[in-house]
Amino acid sequence: MATDKPNYLNWKTTVASWLLTYDHKRIGILYLVVISIFFALGGLAAAMIRMELATPKGDLLTSDVYNKMFTAHGVIMIFLFLIPSIPAVFGNFALPLMIGARDVAFPRLNLLSWYFFTGGALLVLIALFRGGIDTGWTFYTPYSSSFAKGEVSLAIVGVFLAGFASIFTGINFLVTIHKMRAPGMTWFRLPLFVWAMYATSLIQVLGTPVVAITLLLVAVERSFKIGIFDPNLGGDPILYQHLFWFYSHPAVYIMILPAMGVISEVISAFSKRRVFGYHFVAFSSLAIAIIGFLVWGHHMFSTGQSMYAGIVFSFLTWIVAIPSAIKTFNWMATIWKGRVHWDTPMLYALGFMGLFVIGGLTGLHLAAMATNVHLTDTYFIVAHFHYVMVGGGIMGYLAALHFWWPKMTGRMYPEGWGKLAAMLVFVGFNLTFFPQFILGYMGMPRRYHSYPEEWAVLNVLSTAGSSVLGLGYLLPLIYLTWSLKYGKVVTERNPWGARGLEWELVDTPPDPHNFERTPIVTRPAYDYNHPEEPTAFIPKPRPVVVGGKDG
Amino acid sequence: MAGHGESHVHPVSLYTRTLWWLMVLLVATVAAGYIPNIPNWLGVVIALTIAVWKATIVIMNFMHVRFSGKLAWLFAGAGFFWLVIMLAFAFADYVSRPWEPFHGWPE
Repeated sequence: MATDKPNYLNWKTTVASWLLTYDHKRIGILYLVVISIFFALGGLAAAMIRMELATPKGDLLTSDVYNKMFTAHGVIMIFLFLIPSIPAVFGNFALPLMIGARDVAFPRLNLLSWYFFTGGALLVLIALFRGGIDTGWTFYTPYSSSFAKGEVSLAIVGVFLAGFASIFTGINFLVTIHKMRAPGMTWFRLPLFVWAMYATSLIQVLGTPVVAITLLLVAVERSFKIGIFDPNLGGDPILYQHLFWFYSHPAVYIMILPAMGVISEVISAFSKRRVFGYHFVAFSSLAIAIIGFLVWGHHMFSTGQSMYAGIVFSFLTWIVAIPSAIKTFNWMATIWKGRVHWDTPMLYALGFMGLFVIGGLTGLHLAAMATNVHLTDTYFIVAHFHYVMVGGGIMGYLAALHFWWPKMTGRMYPEGWGKLAAMLVFVGFNLTFFPQFILGYMGMPRRYHSYPEEWAVLNVLSTAGSSVLGLGYLLPLIYLTWSLKYGKVVTERNPWGARGLEWELVDTPPDPHNFERTPIVTRPAYDYNHPEEPTAFIPKPRPVVVGGKDG
Repeated sequence: MAGHGESHVHPVSLYTRTLWWLMVLLVATVAAGYIPNIPNWLGVVIALTIAVWKATIVIMNFMHVRFSGKLAWLFAGAGFFWLVIMLAFAFADYVSRPWEPFHGWPE
């Protein structure tokens, strides 16, 4: 590739060309910038929480400020980082390239999605700076609707807007995958990341409207005292939890399914093997998306929900573990006898597998009603969902960031620093969250800023781990930013030797229009057994006939 | 049935008729709230039936599903099916609470 060839980064460079772009790749970068800022803010709130918990006494933050801090951490990390992270950044950047499309189906809606998200995120930020909110990220009623002080309604409107951004992204990807696949890109030639994004988009479209309207009802009850969830006004607080968790449990799969798609890509690319059990891995994404909608009641075992409903939800929760296990076993079988390359993305992918397995298996403990009653609202829960959403979601995000970084930027990051950061994240994460399983099992409740002396050692370990983890997250921010100017220039299309249209046919960085002409796909995904056969080719232009019968 | 992507020119009367139906159903919803001496469950059934009716009119006419291909029908149907899942599981909780052998804390 000639380095002076125009690419999507340099063909127009004005601020307006970025803020008014319809290019899916640029919109992915816009999302990357915004969510990185919110990841840093959410991380700062987490650091404050862990510093407070370094000592048993509540001596750094008052209980009020502590409540606001964990709410800020949860709201920012879930709604403004984890949910948009892989879909909005890497889904936008890579998905059209992977299926041979020139853009997503609705480019204007795609840009509108970014504006909705950024507008919503700013409203949440304003709410946090105008005194903050202390409802927890779940906005449980009747506290949030009738008692909590602060800018709860403003934060809810912000989350509502961010939710619609998520719906727009989901609609766009569903239509794009259905309608814009290149000729020859059949459903079973699709990369597994695309299958994962399809399943994720189903959840976004079918689930997000429910939580958006539910949160709006909280704002309505709060503002106009119309009884919906508050028993004093004739409402039902458990109804709120049904509606909230109908979306918010599947939302965990919005965070983890795209990460699973990334892991399939990375493990295949760095083991140089086709993903073992391709069809099972593809269908397991759909199974997770569908069964994931039937398990929300396991968040409500101790709320007064009927125990018969609880039994059904408990059983269905165990079932959802099966497709997750299918993926994990197939990834292991892919690595087995593969030619494994230990590059940074692969380290993150392996980290994902280890941490997600721990998160998933402890989820089975929590799905058992009797165990759940003992462990609910303890640090066991905190550790469990961080193993899934951070150990899974963020490890997948970092794997994707390092995997597609050279394609996105045309620069390579320093590999040594990348590996060091991956190690620090893995060690720091386990040191932070594994002690919390023990603390929770011993009965330490979540959401308190002080605790008895006997839990001090494990809490100090956890806080020490969080500083290692923080360093692990800080390093990529530094060396990836550094690489934009000083990193090795990548001119080849396929620095990893991976299979897939985005590596074999797309320039680095990509052309503004992705492909010279619409490619024709001739091989299945991950065809590492036939390295001499390209996955797809760009057809030659039809000869222009000068002069016809009328000419 | 025309496929997606083809342009349609719909008469304004389609939208005015839809609007009038929505207004009529709105009045019906309010009126149903004032029917004396009907059981609660019947009020819920009436309100939900009218709500589904209104949603169907909007989806079919304003959102053009009736002029769209099978894929659009499938996704619109999936939206309704997911609503049924949510209502069925949530109502199952409320319905089965009285079946529990113990209620409240023992004295």
